[in-house]
Amino acid sequence: MQYEEIATTEEGNLVINVGPQHPATHGVMHLVITMNGETILNVEPHLGYIHRSIEKMCESLSYRQFIYSTSRMDYLSSHINNHGCALAVEKGLQIEVPERAKVIRILMDELTRIASHVLWWGAMAMDVGALTPFFHAFRERELINDIMEETCGARLTMNYMVPGGVMTDLHPNFVKKVKEFVAFFRTKIDEYDTLVTYNVIFQERMKNVGVISAADAVSFGCTGPVLRACGVKSDIRKLAPYDGYEKLNFEEPLETAGDSYARYLVRMRELRESLSIIDQLIDNIPEGDFQAKTKAVLKLPKGEFYSRVETARGEFGVYIISEGGLTPYRIHFRSPGFANLSCLNHIAKGQKIGDLVAMMGTLDLVIPDIDR
Amino acid sequence: MISLEHISQSIHEALSASLNPTLVLLIEMAIAGILVISLFAVLGLVLVFMERKVSAYMQIRLGPNRVGYKGFAQTAADTLKLLIKEGLTPDGADKFLFNLAPLLVIVVAMLIMAPIAFTKGFQLWDINIGVLYVSAVSSVGVIGILMAGWASNNKYSLLGAMRSGAQIVSYELSAGLSVLTIVILVGSLSINDIIASQQNGWWIFKGHIPVLISFVIFVIAVTAETNRAPFDLAEAESELTAGFHTEYSGMRFALFFLAEYVNIFIVCAIGATLFFGGWMPFHIGSWEEFNHVMDFIPGIVWFFGKIFSLIFLIMWFRWTFPRLRVDQLLNLEWKYLLPIAMFNLLLTTVMAITGFYIK
Repeated sequence: MQYEEIATTEEGNLVINVGPQHPATHGVMHLVITMNGETILNVEPHLGYIHRSIEKMCESLSYRQFIYSTSRMDYLSSHINNHGCALAVEKGLQIEVPERAKVIRILMDELTRIASHVLWWGAMAMDVGALTPFFHAFRERELINDIMEETCGARLTMNYMVPGGVMTDLHPNFVKKVKEFVAFFRTKIDEYDTLVTYNVIFQERMKNVGVISAADAVSFGCTGPVLRACGVKSDIRKLAPYDGYEKLNFEEPLETAGDSYARYLVRMRELRESLSIIDQLIDNIPEGDFQAKTKAVLKLPKGEFYSRVETARGEFGVYIISEGGLTPYRIHFRSPGFANLSCLNHIAKGQKIGDLVAMMGTLDLVIPDIDR
Repeated sequence: MISLEHISQSIHEALSASLNPTLVLLIEMAIAGILVISLFAVLGLVLVFMERKVSAYMQIRLGPNRVGYKGFAQTAADTLKLLIKEGLTPDGADKFLFNLAPLLVIVVAMLIMAPIAFTKGFQLWDINIGVLYVSAVSSVGVIGILMAGWASNNKYSLLGAMRSGAQIVSYELSAGLSVLTIVILVGSLSINDIIASQQNGWWIFKGHIPVLISFVIFVIAVTAETNRAPFDLAEAESELTAGFHTEYSGMRFALFFLAEYVNIFIVCAIGATLFFGGWMPFHIGSWEEFNHVMDFIPGIVWFFGKIFSLIFLIMWFRWTFPRLRVDQLLNLEWKYLLPIAMFNLLLTTVMAITGFYIK
C-alpha cells in the first residue's frame, strides 16, 4: 500500500489512515489524515469500499423493482428513500395516491426519522467516549423496529412504499403500539438530555468545534440538520411539501452557531417535532384504500422526473430519465450523506483528532448512502 | 479471635523455631510473593466481573450470566482464552521493548502493593515513607506505557502513549498535592501512622472543607492517572482504536488489562487509607454500643468495603461521562486542579498549625 510507505510527509507531518476498518467511521470509509501532533492539517476521504453500483443496477430494473434497491442505500431511512422513489414514479404516471396511504407514509417517515436520530444519538455519544447512551438508544429503536416489523414485515430494509401507495394495510396493533411508543419516548428524550445534552464535558467537546458558515454549507451542498444548524431554512417538508406535509403543524428547528453542538441540538429538536407530527396524525388516519389502482406493468412516459424528500440526514433526490420503456434510461440519486461528507475537510482543519470523530458523528454519515 | 495478624504471627513463630533467620526471611518472602500474585489473579477476576456487571446494570443489559453460577466463571473463561491465544509480535516492532513493556507495567503495579496495610499488623513492608514510596513507584508505570506505544511501531499506539505520558505526568502533581494535605495533618508519611491517626474519626469527616476538596481532587487525579474514562485518552477507542495496546494480543494484552484493574484497586486503597481510615471501623464519638458493634466487623472487611465503594465510584464515572479532549485534559489540570490543590495545601497547613480540626 502506498500510504504504508509514507510515514510522514516531506514537512515531517504524520500521515495516518483511519479506516476502512475503524470504530470511528461507522462503516467502511477510509480517511487519510495529515496531522501535526494532534492537530489535523488535512482530511482526505477515500470512498468506494462498498460501492454496489446501485444506480447502474436500477437501469435494468422495472419501475416497481428499482425501489427495493434504494432501501440498501441509507439503510436508516429506508422508508423515506422508498418514499422519494415512489413519488418520482407517481409524478411520471400522474397517479393519485389515496389519503389513507399518504397519512400512513408520513407516519412511517416520521417513525423512521425518530429511529434514525435515536441511533445517531447513541453513536454520537459513543464517538465522544460515552458508551452507555448507545444501549439506551437501542432500547427505543427496538420498539420502532417492532412496530415496523408487524406492518411491513421487515426491520431494516422496509420496501413498504410502492408507486400508488403502500404495500399492505396497517397492522391492527399499529395505532395502539405507536401511541404507547410516543408516550414512552417523550419521557426518554428528557432522559437523553439529562444524560448527554446537559453534560458539561459533552458541551465542551461540542461547542465551537467543526464550525461551518451558512454560505460555506450551502456551497458544499450540505442539507438537512447540517445546514439547519447554520440557520438556513432547508426542510423539504416545508419548502416543497409532499403527501400532505403542508397540512401539518410542525416547526423547522433552526440554530445559528453552525458548530457540532448546533447540529446536535437541531436533531434533538427534530425528534420532538416528529413526535408532534405523529400525535397529529395517529388519531386521524382516514379510512379507504391504502393503494391506488395501478397497471400491472408501469411505463413512464418519455421525459425527466425529479422528486425530493427530507430524510433524517437531509435532502434525498431521485432523478429519472425515461425513454418510455419498461426500465429507466438513467437514474441518479442525490444522497444527503455524500454532500454532507464533502464539508468534512473544511470543518476539520486545525481541529484535534478527537474532535474529528465527534464532527463525523454530528454529520451523521451512513456509509452505504455515500457509496452507492 | 482469629485475625490475619495472628495467623501471620504464628507462621513466623513456627518457622523461626526450626529454621535459621535467613531461610525464614526467604520463605516468608516467597509466601508474600505468592499471596500478592494470587491477590492479583483474584482481583483481576473480581474487578473485571464487577465492571461488566456494573456497566450492564447501567446499560440496561444483563451482563455475563451463562458461564458458571450467575456468570462468575466468565472472566476465568476469558482469561483461559487469552492464555492459549497466540501472542503476536508485529514485524516492525522493537521486539525487546515490545515484550518488556507489559511486564514492566505489571511489576510496577505489584511493587505499589508493598506498603498497603490490609488490616491491623498485616502489611508487606512497614516503610516509614509509605506515601512517598507509593507516589514515586506509581510514576514508573508510565514508562511501560510509553515503551509499549513506541515499540509497537504503530501510529495509533504512539499517539496514545504520548497522550498517556502527558496525562500521567500532569495529574501526578495534583494527586501528590492532595495526598500531602493528609500527610501535613498527620505529620507522618507512614501508612500505619496515617491509619492510627483516624482512630476516632476518618479524615474526610474531621478535616473540614480542605480535606473534602483534596478528596475530590484526589479522585479526579487518580482516575486520570489510571487512564480511566473520562480520561481514557490513551486508549480512546473511538479515536485511536485501542491506543497504546493496539498491537498487543493474548496474555500480553491481558497483562495491560490486569494492570489497569490492579492500579484502580491500589489507588482506591490509598484513597481509603488516607481519607476513610484504612481498616479502621466507623465510630461515632462516644456512642460506646455502636462503636463496639462496629469493632466486631474485621478490619479487612472494612478496608475492602471502602475500596470497592471507591472502585464503584470510578466505574460509575466511566459508564456515564464522555471523554475529554487532550487540550481540555491538560487545561483542567494546569489551570484548575493544580492551583486549587496548591491553595488547598496552604489552607491545610494553616489548619494544621492552628489545630483547627476535630481531634
